Amino acid sequence: MALLSLTLAAQSNGHMKVGQPASVSGKRGATVDAKIPLVIDPGFHVNSNTPSDETLIPLSVTWKNTGALEGGKVTFPKPTQEKYAALDKPLSVFTGNFEVVAHFKVAANAPAGPGVAVGQVKYQACNSTTCFPPKTVEVSLPYSVQ
Amino acid sequence: MSAFRFSAAAITALLFGYVFSGCSTTPRSVSAASVKSEKDRKEAPDFALKDADGKVVHLADYKGKVVLLDFWATWCSPCKVEIPWFMEMQRKNKDRGFEVLGVAMDDEGWEVVKPYIAKAGVNYRILAGNDMTAQEYGGVDALPTTFLIDRTGKIAAVHVGLASKKDFDDGIEQLLNDAPAGGIKLDRDGAAVPNAGSAK
Repeated sequence: MALLSLTLAAQSNGHMKVGQPASVSGKRGATVDAKIPLVIDPGFHVNSNTPSDETLIPLSVTWKNTGALEGGKVTFPKPTQEKYAALDKPLSVFTGNFEVVAHFKVAANAPAGPGVAVGQVKYQACNSTTCFPPKTVEVSLPYSVQ
Repeated sequence: MSAFRFSAAAITALLFGYVFSGCSTTPRSVSAASVKSEKDRKEAPDFALKDADGKVVHLADYKGKVVLLDFWATWCSPCKVEIPWFMEMQRKNKDRGFEVLGVAMDDEGWEVVKPYIAKAGVNYRILAGNDMTAQEYGGVDALPTTFLIDRTGKIAAVHVGLASKKDFDDGIEQLLNDAPAGGIKLDRDGAAVPNAGSAK
């Protein structure tokens, strides 16, 4: 796997920016990991992938098209438990800058050459007093089969 | 909620105002910082939204009452802090010509809203919101956004985000105590009595 760049190209869509993942490269059958950078506005948070309440909308990454890559299971960092003054219980959230990592395997029969996997990052942001509607941001992962 | 945008200018305009403390008809004179003077209030847009039973509800149905109109969603934690307050306010003031209306902005609609309101024991009417109504109320991008509407159907106060319970209590008390404008008569309990001279 090769991480060629880390550009926060940034699709900003409501208190969280989804950066451009670096291109990944691998031989047929190899595993490759793609890091998706996320930046949350100061003073805001998004629910983690495992929110503390079933009614809350989790951070999620889904893949619409993985091309020559297989899998795409995503690993999230450890969330923080934030206690906001008005709320009884702490919330499981992400704040600041962090990355989520998508794990792929290059298909055994993948043709050599470049391609692009396309996914969606869904999130819902709040600050301590206000919440904003859930957003879905498209993310493109360039890859190359060696 | 793709069109679910809140105009900062509209909110600023709605929030702009000063304390109005006159015209109280009861010994307890309360004024809330958020309540605008009567001359600065604008007409609350009417709407036609369905309640949990599928009945179409119009704001105009509540003519003559003080209405707390709360835009909320099940995914909004601050909204859920306010809901028990609104239940208490509904219980306390219902017989005085006051109603809470909750407008749920969940994309999934009743599928997620009904279980929540049942579990929470919400004692006021919940309506399924839509983008059009949100737009008419300035976009309502941030939740909770709560409007206090006076007996004449005008927006007396707007709260964007989690507000103070005291400010809600004081605002409701002030509006319930205000001398009814537009010829609305009140019965002994302070509830509006429909008459020919009622104004919106």
